[in-house]
Amino acid sequence: MRLYNTVELRGYTAITDTVHLSEREAERHSEHNYSKLRVRERYSSQMDRSMACSPPLSRVVVSGGTHGNELAGVCLVKEWLRGDSAPCLERSSFTAQPLLANPRATEQGVQNTTLAPPSPSDPYELVRARELDSLLGPKGSDEAVDFICDLHNTTANMGASLILYSLSDYFCLHMLHHLQTHMQLAPVYCVVFEEPPSAAYSLDTIGKRGLALEVGPLPHGLVRADVLSQMSEGVKLILDFIDLFNRGTLFPPCQVEVYRKLEGLDFPRELQSGELNGTVHPERQDRDFRVLNPGDPLFLRFDGETVRFKGERPVYPFFINEAAYYEKKLALWTAERVSVSVPALRVRGGLGGAGGGD
Amino acid sequence: MTSCHNYESLPAARRVAIFGGTHGNEMSGVTLVNQWIKNETEIQRPGFQIKPFITNPRAVEKCTRYIDTDLNRAFTTENLSAEKSEDLPYEVSRAQEINRLFGPKGSQEAYDVIFDLHNTTSNMGGTLILESSKDDCNLQMVHYVQNALIPMSCSVLLTEHPTLKYAASRSVAKRPVGVEVGPQPHGTIRGDVLDTMKKIIKHALDFIQLFNEGKEFSPCTVDVYRITESVDYPRDKDGNISAMIHTDLQDRDWQALNPGDPMFLTFDGRTIPYEGDSTVYPTFINEAAYYEKQQAFVITRKETLTVKGIRVSQT
Repeated sequence: MRLYNTVELRGYTAITDTVHLSEREAERHSEHNYSKLRVRERYSSQMDRSMACSPPLSRVVVSGGTHGNELAGVCLVKEWLRGDSAPCLERSSFTAQPLLANPRATEQGVQNTTLAPPSPSDPYELVRARELDSLLGPKGSDEAVDFICDLHNTTANMGASLILYSLSDYFCLHMLHHLQTHMQLAPVYCVVFEEPPSAAYSLDTIGKRGLALEVGPLPHGLVRADVLSQMSEGVKLILDFIDLFNRGTLFPPCQVEVYRKLEGLDFPRELQSGELNGTVHPERQDRDFRVLNPGDPLFLRFDGETVRFKGERPVYPFFINEAAYYEKKLALWTAERVSVSVPALRVRGGLGGAGGGD
Repeated sequence: MTSCHNYESLPAARRVAIFGGTHGNEMSGVTLVNQWIKNETEIQRPGFQIKPFITNPRAVEKCTRYIDTDLNRAFTTENLSAEKSEDLPYEVSRAQEINRLFGPKGSQEAYDVIFDLHNTTSNMGGTLILESSKDDCNLQMVHYVQNALIPMSCSVLLTEHPTLKYAASRSVAKRPVGVEVGPQPHGTIRGDVLDTMKKIIKHALDFIQLFNEGKEFSPCTVDVYRITESVDYPRDKDGNISAMIHTDLQDRDWQALNPGDPMFLTFDGRTIPYEGDSTVYPTFINEAAYYEKQQAFVITRKETLTVKGIRVSQT
């Protein structure tokens, strides 16, 4: 028997993943299930006519160099700040502002700075985070910018991945749909790390809305022309979407597939010393977002032994073999693939009647 | 039939070292050398001593290329003869220590062979780096390794050049051999790259063992890529990089670059072609660590070296 998982989307329910239950479990759930399904039916008919609305976006920021050695974002932002190619940030309804998020780390070509902090309790990144919060925020307030797109690169084979913090971020889910429909240079994925806004700690959470655009694979410390083009196209489509939204386009209900983060898995290590004694199995390397079944090869120890995935159900790994995660004891994240129904979207009190009608 | 005067009698190699972590974030060498230090039986061979050694432990600990200065450029005469002092850059002190343990560079006491293990972000596959076109023993070794690796290819880079040859860690040995495998992002361990490096070392040690035990290696030829020039990125008037490696050149290490072929792509989309007068073979294309060395790639020319037959001298 199937039980639909439901997720609240600002008052609307949406069908997500399907879970199979045994008959006994089904009986136990049936009464609850019946009432839930009734609710879902009532809402789903409403959903077809329902509309998510929000005000237009005018203050949009595109940031690069949050990690100073992720160079595609650094290159793009530097070009924009010089004034070259800045026209690509202009749209009819707004102009996006470029921002170099971590100038000191960018100058040093490192992920985070290593210079001595002004005081022992204030690492540079903490000082900079406060500066950015006062520049772009304060986080959680009405003064915060409308949208932040934070540019990142990864050594993992993740194509162009949007990183969100909530399955109910229907604005960004429509943005995802727009990218998946139009992006030509790279496959587009979406990863959801479910965190309440107060707990999420990345730059893109300072604004009222935001996401990270992660493009890979790219080794840290260098730029590749193909990756730069992919990131450039991603930014273009993100800004196009915001402009279409501002100008009153009706985005009809749609279905998107996202990858909801489950847990991180570490490399194999020596029990006593904690030293690494294996790496990602060659059959898994570069296979981000491809299903990992229980029993599949996952790691290869240095002595030649294969370590197989011991999970109970299939999962979808991502951030496979990201250089920066070695020190965080992460070889990869796992995720479950979730299908989300997104209600229609239209600007509230926008700039005019452009776009499709009801 | 072999001709006697085409065979050279050379001494056996009795002391061999394998260096890892000369750059602390080039993980294949760090991984293999640490394994062999923990489990020496895996690497030992009869008839000669093999010492695995981490050359830059502080850089390895921080998973960074170097602490103060590039160790793989630090083995200059000036550095090696500098007075010991606490003010010396870490890598200079380290170079002096390595020279004491495995050199002295240029002397009879120096180690016979040092393999220095490296990774690169460039698409170079497995590459062996030699400093001399006259070292018949090293050339016979690379010939042996290349044949043993087939169908996998292994290129040979010759850094014999008055200004482009650099004072590498391995240069303290009588016969230095660089082992470079890529592409691999720095700070990561890829299983396929690790496997390639392990195979190269295995075959190289097989060669030394066979040679020491008396096997003769016939005269042969070896195709090498001789380094001729280093090419920097185009820069603006402030010295900032203003173009990237062109998509048509990216990942095409060891492939022909003809006059007129795309070489760089500016950030505003303009192609800058290669304007040399003949076909060349670029490598070290887009190595992350070379941005600070003003090197986008190096130019090499293909050359075929004639190698004498060799046998171990019976002394």
